[in-house]
Amino acid sequence: MTGVLAFFGRNTLGFFRYLSGLYDLTAKAAYWTFVAPFQGRKVKWGNAIHQMVLAGVNSIPIVSLISLFIGIVMALQGAYQLEKFGASYYVTALVGVSMTRELGPLITAIVIAGRSGSAFAAELGTMKVSEEIDALEAMGLNSVRYLVVPKYLALLVMMPCLTLISDLAGILGGGIFVILQLDQTFRMFLTATRDSLVMRDITTGLIKSLVFGLIITKVGCYEGFSVEGGAEGVGKATTSSVVVSIFLIILADVIFTAIFYYTG
Amino acid sequence: MIRVVDLVTHYGERRILNHVNLDIPAGETMVILGGSGTGKSTLLRHIMRLEFPTSGQIFIRNQEIFHMPEERFNLLRRKIGMLFQSGALFNSMSVEENVALPLRELTQLEDSTIRIMTRIKLDLVGLSGVENYMPAQLSGGMKKRAGLARALAMDPEILLFDEPSAGLDPITAAGIDSLILKLKLAFRMTILVVTHELASAFMIADRITVMEGGEVIATGTPEEIRNSQHPRVVQFLNRIPEGEHVDAQAYLRTLTRT
Repeated sequence: MTGVLAFFGRNTLGFFRYLSGLYDLTAKAAYWTFVAPFQGRKVKWGNAIHQMVLAGVNSIPIVSLISLFIGIVMALQGAYQLEKFGASYYVTALVGVSMTRELGPLITAIVIAGRSGSAFAAELGTMKVSEEIDALEAMGLNSVRYLVVPKYLALLVMMPCLTLISDLAGILGGGIFVILQLDQTFRMFLTATRDSLVMRDITTGLIKSLVFGLIITKVGCYEGFSVEGGAEGVGKATTSSVVVSIFLIILADVIFTAIFYYTG
Repeated sequence: MIRVVDLVTHYGERRILNHVNLDIPAGETMVILGGSGTGKSTLLRHIMRLEFPTSGQIFIRNQEIFHMPEERFNLLRRKIGMLFQSGALFNSMSVEENVALPLRELTQLEDSTIRIMTRIKLDLVGLSGVENYMPAQLSGGMKKRAGLARALAMDPEILLFDEPSAGLDPITAAGIDSLILKLKLAFRMTILVVTHELASAFMIADRITVMEGGEVIATGTPEEIRNSQHPRVVQFLNRIPEGEHVDAQAYLRTLTRT
C-alpha cells in the first residue's frame, strides 16, 4: 500500500516539477521576446525566419495532404449517418465546422509536434551533449535568447498559418467527396460552407493553434535542454518530446474547448 | 587573478569537490593534474559559472562570481576564453562564423574588421585556409584549434583548457601543447589547463596542482611535484595501477546485494 502511494506521490511530484520547468523556460523565453527588445537587446529575426521556413513552410505539403485525407474521411463518415435522414446536404457543414473548430488545429499540432518538436529536442539535445550550449553560455551569450526564442517566434507565427491551410485542405477534401459522390455542384458546396461557418469557429481554432504552438516549442526545447548521457539521452528526449507534447496538446484542447463551449 | 576558496560541490548525494583551495596569480600557467573522475573538469566548469557549488567561493579579478548578477558576470566572461574538451564548435556554422560569433554578438565592429580579426585568430592557431569548412569536415586536432581560435576571439586575459590533448595522437597533442606555450609567451595570459597527460603538464606548467577524489593533494612547481613524496602523487607520476585488495566478505556482499 505504502509502495503504491509512494509511486503515485513520486510521479505526481515529477509531473509538477516538469510543469514548473516548462513554466520557467516559458517565462525566460517571454522575457527575451517581449521585454528585452525594449532594453536594446534585439530579437534574432534572421534565426527566427530560418526556423519559420524549417518548421512552417516545409510542413505545408504534409499538413495539407493529411488534412485533405481527414476531410475526405470526415465526409464519408458524415454521409454514412446523415444519408439515413436524407440530410447529406449537411455533410459540408459538418466537415467545415469540425475542421475549423477542432481538427485543423489538432492535426496541425500533432504533425508539427512529430516533425518540429522532435527536431527541436534533437537539435538542443545534441548541442547540450557536444558542450555547444555550455560554449554559448561561456561566451556570455544567453542560450534561451539564441536558441529558444527563434523557435518560439517561428511557431507563434506559423501555427495559425498552417492551421488555416489545414482548415482549407480539410474542407476541400470534404468538397471532393460531396461533389463527386453526392452529386452536389461546386457552387452548392461553396454556399453550404459559407452558410455553416461563422467567424468564431475560425478564431477559436486559431487561438487553440497558438496555445499548441507554445506547448510544442516549450516541451521540445525543455526536453532538449534536459538531455543527459550522450546519444541515448538525445533519443529518449526526442521520443518523450513527442509523447509529452501530444498529451499536453490534447489536455489543453479539452480545457479550451470547454471554455469556448461555456462562454458561448 | 583566479582564487578558489573552500569550494565544495555535490551531484545529488555524491561529493565531487571537497574543500578545494587554489590561487592562480596573473600571468601564471597552472596545470591541474589528476585521473578521471577527480573533479578537475567540474572545477573548471565552476570557474566559468556553468555550475554552482554547495558552498565556497571563486574570485576572478578579486570579484566573487557566484553572487554576481548575470549581466555583470557576462561582462567578466568576455575576458575569459574557454576551450572545451571536444572543441564545442557550433555544427551549423562554418569555422569562420564560429570564430566570428562572439565578435559579431558582443561588439559593434564592422563586418570587414570582424573578418580580418577572425582570419588573424585562425592564423594564430595554424588554421589558415579552412575558414569555409564546416566543423564536421575537420579532424579532432583542427576542431580544438578552431575552438581555441574562438576562445581567443575576444582577446581574453584568462584562458581555460579542458583536457586539450584528450583524444589526439601524440604529435597533434604536442602541437596543441606548443600552441599553449606560444600563447603563454606571446600574450602573458593567465592559463589554467586541466589534463591527465603527464608529459604535456610538465611541458607547459609554471605550477602544477594534483587532484585526487575531489581534493587538492599537492601544489608546486613541476620540480617540486616531481620530487613529491606523497604516495598518490608518486603513484600517479609513475603510472602505478591501483593495487587489488581482496576482501572475500565485501566481495560476497557486493554479489548478493539486492
